[in-house]
Amino acid sequence: MTRLLAFNAIVVALAVTTLGAIFGPIAVRKGRRDWLMYLYAAVYTNFALVTLSTLALIYGLVSHDFSISYVAQVGSRATPTFYTIISLWGALEGSIVFWAWVLAMYAAAVVWFNRKREGNLVPYAAVTLLVVALFFHILLVGPANPFLPVFPVPFDGPGPNPLLQNHILMGVHPPLLYLGYVGLTVPFAFAVGAMLSGEVADDGWIKVTRRWTITAWGFLTAAIIAGMWWSYEVLGWGGYWAWDPVENASFIPWLTCTAYLHSVMVQERRGMLKLWNLNLMVGTFVLTILGTFLTRSGIISSVHAFTQGTIGYYFLAFIGIVLVATLFLVAGNSDKLASDGRLDAPLSRETAFLLNNLFFTVFMFTVLIGTLFPLVAEAVRGVKVSVGEPFFNKMTLPMMVALIFLMGVGPALPWKKAAGPELKGKLLPGAILGVLFAAAALVAGARGAYSVLAFLFAGFALGVNVREFVVGANARVRAHGESWLVALSRLVSGNRRRYGGYTAHIGVVLVTLGVAASSTFKQEQEATLKPGESITVAGHTLRFKAAWGREEQQRQVIGATMEWMDGERVRATIEPRMNYYPTQDAPVPTPEVKSTLRGDIYLNLMAFKQDGSNVTVKVIWEPLVPWIWMGGLVLCLGALIGVLPGRKRTADAPVVVRAPALAEAQP
Amino acid sequence: MNWKRASIAAATAAPVIGLLAWGLTRDPNSIPSPLPGREAPTFALQVFAPGQGDLARPAGDTVRLADLRGKVVVLNFWASWCLACRDEHSALSDVALSYAGKPVQFLGVLYNDVPDKGTAWIAEMGGQSYPSVDDPGARVAIDYGLYGVPETFFLDASGRVAYKHTGPVTQGVVRFKVDSLLAAAPQGTRQAAPAAPAAETGANSKTGKGQ
Repeated sequence: MTRLLAFNAIVVALAVTTLGAIFGPIAVRKGRRDWLMYLYAAVYTNFALVTLSTLALIYGLVSHDFSISYVAQVGSRATPTFYTIISLWGALEGSIVFWAWVLAMYAAAVVWFNRKREGNLVPYAAVTLLVVALFFHILLVGPANPFLPVFPVPFDGPGPNPLLQNHILMGVHPPLLYLGYVGLTVPFAFAVGAMLSGEVADDGWIKVTRRWTITAWGFLTAAIIAGMWWSYEVLGWGGYWAWDPVENASFIPWLTCTAYLHSVMVQERRGMLKLWNLNLMVGTFVLTILGTFLTRSGIISSVHAFTQGTIGYYFLAFIGIVLVATLFLVAGNSDKLASDGRLDAPLSRETAFLLNNLFFTVFMFTVLIGTLFPLVAEAVRGVKVSVGEPFFNKMTLPMMVALIFLMGVGPALPWKKAAGPELKGKLLPGAILGVLFAAAALVAGARGAYSVLAFLFAGFALGVNVREFVVGANARVRAHGESWLVALSRLVSGNRRRYGGYTAHIGVVLVTLGVAASSTFKQEQEATLKPGESITVAGHTLRFKAAWGREEQQRQVIGATMEWMDGERVRATIEPRMNYYPTQDAPVPTPEVKSTLRGDIYLNLMAFKQDGSNVTVKVIWEPLVPWIWMGGLVLCLGALIGVLPGRKRTADAPVVVRAPALAEAQP
Repeated sequence: MNWKRASIAAATAAPVIGLLAWGLTRDPNSIPSPLPGREAPTFALQVFAPGQGDLARPAGDTVRLADLRGKVVVLNFWASWCLACRDEHSALSDVALSYAGKPVQFLGVLYNDVPDKGTAWIAEMGGQSYPSVDDPGARVAIDYGLYGVPETFFLDASGRVAYKHTGPVTQGVVRFKVDSLLAAAPQGTRQAAPAAPAAETGANSKTGKGQ
């Protein structure tokens, strides 16, 4: 019953999206704006139907309806309800359902908010969104159908992959990732809509999607950081990024999207880079689909492998169609995409943005090539190779360091004209801070050139970006006699996009410091300890107290109680564990991390004697790693500041009154 | 209009899509062994599980690969802790029986395990028709570049590795490979074949010890 309801909802949604995608262009061609309500109704109906199907699948999971193939595949009566619900995205088919739902939601929301807009941009964008939705519905009735009947109905299922039910973050990271990934369909749809309607010359599509793009970018950023955190907290290897193909798949579109967030300002301010921005947005979308393809098709060896099937060919066909269609559209519109302005001065804000885009693009290609290289090598030379961390670290470090440097210089440079003598004052606080950071790193023992440069530029960027807040707030304090905090909040709300951007920059600095410190100064040691014995790593002493075991609902847990000593005082108790799941041969190691502002003590239980007489633990001192997570929060805060509606300008606002759109366009 | 640029872009995208489509036909996790076509690494290992009937060799006997020249050798690496080995166990045991009297030697090699557990496992699985040897320190497994268990190597009569199979085998796979190796065996070895069945009953192992 549930199965038929869920499946038929998707079949109807497939019909509705098909009809809408055919009907929409007809309505626009005939100039019948009164017909557009039917097009939009298709978008809303699709959302309702996919919601129904998703809820039915969740109901099937929760009620252990093993007559549904997906439930039989990932469900288990022993799994706690929370992990049962989130197993919606634990395997291929369910994740496509979830994808289709997030897409339907975005489509319904963006169409609803823009339904009254003049022109043909929104109708064509709606059609594009329907076509993308159609693709996912085809997957759901074809190669990724989660609603196949199972007969005879099994009494119980195997449950989700233990790694996916080992940590609460599994309920956080995937939804964030989908909200980010799928959200990028919105600006893509409007870019296509602009080309289809011929409205590429004005910046309509950019303005309509500005908040949506920043929202999607914010979610994607949060998802990447949450994924790093999950990998760090759960997998027990003490790292957070391994350049695995699937990690790269989420990172590659992030790079182009971040490039777009910067270059779009050049278009809004100076009317330049119109063609480039269209291409960036189309490319970002294609890269999200490519990323999904890499994840779902099993084409490249990865720790995140999903089950394989014919789904890869569908994705490939879709990528091909999107590429051909958009190339055709871009070529057809290219004569309307000439730049209004041109580069006036070599040392200006525009130049900084151009360099920024250059580095982000090269960065993207580097990661993409590294990810696909094993395939190329096998095709060309017939050999199996794997491209690992050394390649990516070596190739991307220069670009990372350059981008962090630009992040410091850019905000200090003026638009249009060459930087004048005031530049020195703007850069000075950053320069001082950078030298201090680099000196501290050298004293602490950093010797690698990139490591020292990372600290130098991180300090530099921090100084320059913080200075913008301080100087702006001080000016308000002087001009309006406001208290400093009031001045700061009014400064930010007066130009949310600009200060949201600077906030995000500060977040990047925190992430950089965390990454640079943990990769430079990390220390680890492994030891076999009897009760009462202790181990010291980087000056932190850990004493083994006792080993223990307990039964939980879906697993058995073996743990070791370790005490983090401060002299004779116990500073904290840390309990790394091993979880045994009945469906899994090998235990799932579950490290425990104690965080301080200076760094983390990371403890992993490697082995134990059955009688508890000794345990083998790995202790890792991870300096500044919590700063990465804080930086992630600050990055998201930056995105939030950029998305929230701006404060109504009052007479005392220090901003020259312009047309609102133009004022918003200030970075 | 800028069709030229668009066609250049399309021309660059096409090979990438072609590459990805080709990639879909490949299994990224299969790592080819460099061994096929080369001489099989030699070994001398002691039997711990004798096998049954015609195929049996007494426990404690040393099996030397050099003595098996002239026979097709099926070398199956397994362990009592290996779940996939359970899947292929009866297939291997049955196929081995069906080749009794032919110049084919099936041999189990215990990998990262202790013989007692291996013997108990064989008893639990209802016996194994052919003998198994112990590989202390997994030295032979390392020589064969073992990636995991089960892995099965098919050696031709001249002592070269002909095929490597990763994961559990089926009867069909074993028959197909053994038959093709028997068919391809050079004339000289085929003529020598009649002597081989006798050798399997233990005569050969005595000469093996003497060497």
